[in-house]
Amino acid sequence: MADRRLSGSFVASSAAGTVRLGFYRLAAAALAVSGVAQMPIFKRYYIADIPGMAWTGDFLFTHALHYAAAAALLFWLGWRLAARGAASLGRGRLALLGLLALTGGAHVLSNLPGVSLSPLAAMLLDWTHLGAAMALGIAALAMVFNRRSRTNRR
Amino acid sequence: MLKTIDPKARFSRRTLFKALGLGGAAALLPERSRAAALPVTGQELATFLDLSKCIGCGACVEACRVENAARYPEPKKPFPKMYPERVKVEDWSDKRAVDTRLTPYNWLFIQSAAVDGREVHIPRRCMHCQNPPCANLCPWGAAAREADGTVAINQDICLGGAKCRDVCPWSIPQRQTGAGLYLDLMPSLAGNGVMNKCRRCPERVAQGKMPACIEACPQGVQTMGPREEIVAQAKAMARNNGGFLYGLEENGGTNTLYLSPVPFEKLAAAVKTGPGQPGLAAVADVMGTSNRLAWAVLLAPLAGAAGALLSGARKMMGRKEDSNG
Repeated sequence: MADRRLSGSFVASSAAGTVRLGFYRLAAAALAVSGVAQMPIFKRYYIADIPGMAWTGDFLFTHALHYAAAAALLFWLGWRLAARGAASLGRGRLALLGLLALTGGAHVLSNLPGVSLSPLAAMLLDWTHLGAAMALGIAALAMVFNRRSRTNRR
Repeated sequence: MLKTIDPKARFSRRTLFKALGLGGAAALLPERSRAAALPVTGQELATFLDLSKCIGCGACVEACRVENAARYPEPKKPFPKMYPERVKVEDWSDKRAVDTRLTPYNWLFIQSAAVDGREVHIPRRCMHCQNPPCANLCPWGAAAREADGTVAINQDICLGGAKCRDVCPWSIPQRQTGAGLYLDLMPSLAGNGVMNKCRRCPERVAQGKMPACIEACPQGVQTMGPREEIVAQAKAMARNNGGFLYGLEENGGTNTLYLSPVPFEKLAAAVKTGPGQPGLAAVADVMGTSNRLAWAVLLAPLAGAAGALLSGARKMMGRKEDSNG
């Protein structure tokens, strides 16, 4: 039930739907990787040493990638909300995506020249964005495992 | 007379000043800007350094160390074992006296270079960028830009990941292992201490006083005030007396403006650079690429919604035409 609340009717029912779902998953994956890359861990844990993965240790590249993937996901989100309404996303996903989009958007604004947040607001914004991303990641993983265990039971 | 000492002499002017205790006694010298007061306006503040005045005495460095001594990290030893092996301890706690580069215990140092037969001394510390990548990109919200333009790192929450140093065009913040919040979280797996750098003496500024380095300077090298006034002053001096400016455009603009009697290209080539010793090359805006993408991020949901509505309208029109035809 919790699974359904998060996923809603998040299933592709047509070719166009499959493309849109693939677009969402690709953007979400790029956001997840480039988001994690904002923490100084890919170099520390040798990921950036793997041939072809050096970019994960480049903070400025992954930051630009995070913006590009965010633009793609927000485009998808805007399309989805206008075309099928908020309910189609499922309450859990809508809440977490909304929180991520709002805190991310505020962060993008505060990164512009001439815009500054107070140190406390900047800290709370970062922590909320990080917390929402982790919650979405955990929920997505839980959903995958849940679906797998149900498939196995069948 | 002091100005005629050979810069290559074994005892530099700075060593001499230190030996004579003049760094601390600089208050007695006539040229100092001790009387200057800083109006508390809440506006963005900038500093202007006229390098033609700097004699490299180090009074500013000493004053900074005295002012901030109580804020220096006091690491706990032995340091926690960190994984993986490549995570290196950065420990300056036994080398606190080093003042020839930036360290966690030395937030300001004097860089010197001989160019065109002139010796130029450059007090180096955080540039306090107008759009600081260290603050914008800190994933933990530990670095931030204050309303007065000061860029500061919150020592209470900094985990010492050193991303701020990686994204800073001058690699200013310096790490001390074994201190800070990471010790209470997962010290073996994440974090590595606290990052340290100039914080522009906010307690003094709040009282209308100049930062310690400015007040201690016997030559009146530095001026601090509202950015617009400081920029106008710097430009006017460069125009009227000749000279070259650095910091106005660097990294999208900083709140530290240097006026040099020799071109910065030459200074950049002449100064010794390396860890803790920042360069003086022209620096592009680190946040430039991301900020060019920012508008795409902010407008994307609207574009998506508009696309869906147009697509829906087109479908409806198609259906109508089908039923009419």
